Amino acid sequence: MNMNATLLGQSIAFAVFVIFCMKYIWPPLMSAIEDRQKKIADGLASAERAGKDLELAQAKATDQLKDAKAEAASIVDAANKRKAQIVDEAKTAAMTERDKIIASGHAEVEAERNRAKEELRQKVAVLAIAGAEKILERSIDEAAANDIVEKLVGEL
Amino acid sequence: MSASDTGEALTSGDYILHHLQNLTVGEGFWSLNVDSLLFSIGLGALFCWIFSSVAKKATTGVPGKLQCFIEMTVEFVDGTVKDTFHGRSALIAPLSLTIFVWIIFMNTMDLIPVDWLPSASYAMGIEYMRVVPTTDPNITLGMSFSVFFLMIFYSIKIKGVGGFVKELTMQPFNHPVMIPVNLVMELVALIAKPISLGLRLFGNMYAGEMIFFLIALLGVWQLPLHFVWAVFHIMVVILQAFIFMMLTVVYLSMSCEDH
Repeated sequence: MNMNATLLGQSIAFAVFVIFCMKYIWPPLMSAIEDRQKKIADGLASAERAGKDLELAQAKATDQLKDAKAEAASIVDAANKRKAQIVDEAKTAAMTERDKIIASGHAEVEAERNRAKEELRQKVAVLAIAGAEKILERSIDEAAANDIVEKLVGEL
Repeated sequence: MSASDTGEALTSGDYILHHLQNLTVGEGFWSLNVDSLLFSIGLGALFCWIFSSVAKKATTGVPGKLQCFIEMTVEFVDGTVKDTFHGRSALIAPLSLTIFVWIIFMNTMDLIPVDWLPSASYAMGIEYMRVVPTTDPNITLGMSFSVFFLMIFYSIKIKGVGGFVKELTMQPFNHPVMIPVNLVMELVALIAKPISLGLRLFGNMYAGEMIFFLIALLGVWQLPLHFVWAVFHIMVVILQAFIFMMLTVVYLSMSCEDH
């Protein structure tokens, strides 16, 4: 074991390398590591927050879906009610219309009959008079027989 | 180095001694083990280059595989330091990272088959070449004495000169008469720290390297044995680097604590 100045040379080299490491190696590596740790911690925190947000959004969506379903059901109910109402109204209106048409038909028929009766009566009177004229042409005075004929016609 | 390279019959002892010889420049204390320093500084520069190039391009987004690996290392060291060292210091964590990675790199040189680099350098005309810097006590003690210097520095910075002297003289026996006894005990404990720190790493790596040399002498049987020992040695490589780093942090946190 021969000790010599290598000892001093190694000590100087050691000091130089330690100072180099302290200046140019340790600080940038440490800051990179710490920055990344912070980044990862931030990332984890935001992931957790995002998870919570997602949960909230899902709950909200479920609520909205439930609301929408309820609304749809109420709209369908209302529509059904309205349909029944419209059908009822239409039925009533149709009934009224039918009664009216039937009534007007009856009235028309009645009027037609009355008119035909009147016409017939007048024609019968003329025919009777014409017949009677032909029968009584030669013997009976028209004026004297007229009141009898009219009396007959009035009896018809 | 084998017998055919040198052209003369080498015994196993010669072979091992040759491998344990540093490439040295200069005489006496003022000589340098060029091979140890070369590999040590080269590997330190490799550490600085890899880590700083990743640090420069470090992104806070999705990291690449190399950045991931380096960040894992950095976070491991940072966690270890934070668990052990409770003061606030901008130096301790980078210091620990440098120690940990640099020692792993230096120890890993042990896994390169022991004849490759020495044979290559011999072919280039260099007689001796030791490739594992941590098997050179100069290297390990150089680091541990640097740590020792930091321990003294922090002790005086945190506790003041008075506090540091008091720590050396007034415990474990808090009585003026016992000051010499305390001083002797505390100084031994203080100086044992860097010496044990450096020698532990040196001893482990030196012993591991010695086993590799012995295995390399076994002829064809060295192949499976080398593999088995290398697999086991990977654990030693990382464990010793971790222990050196951990003890550095512990010693420095002891220096920074007020009693």
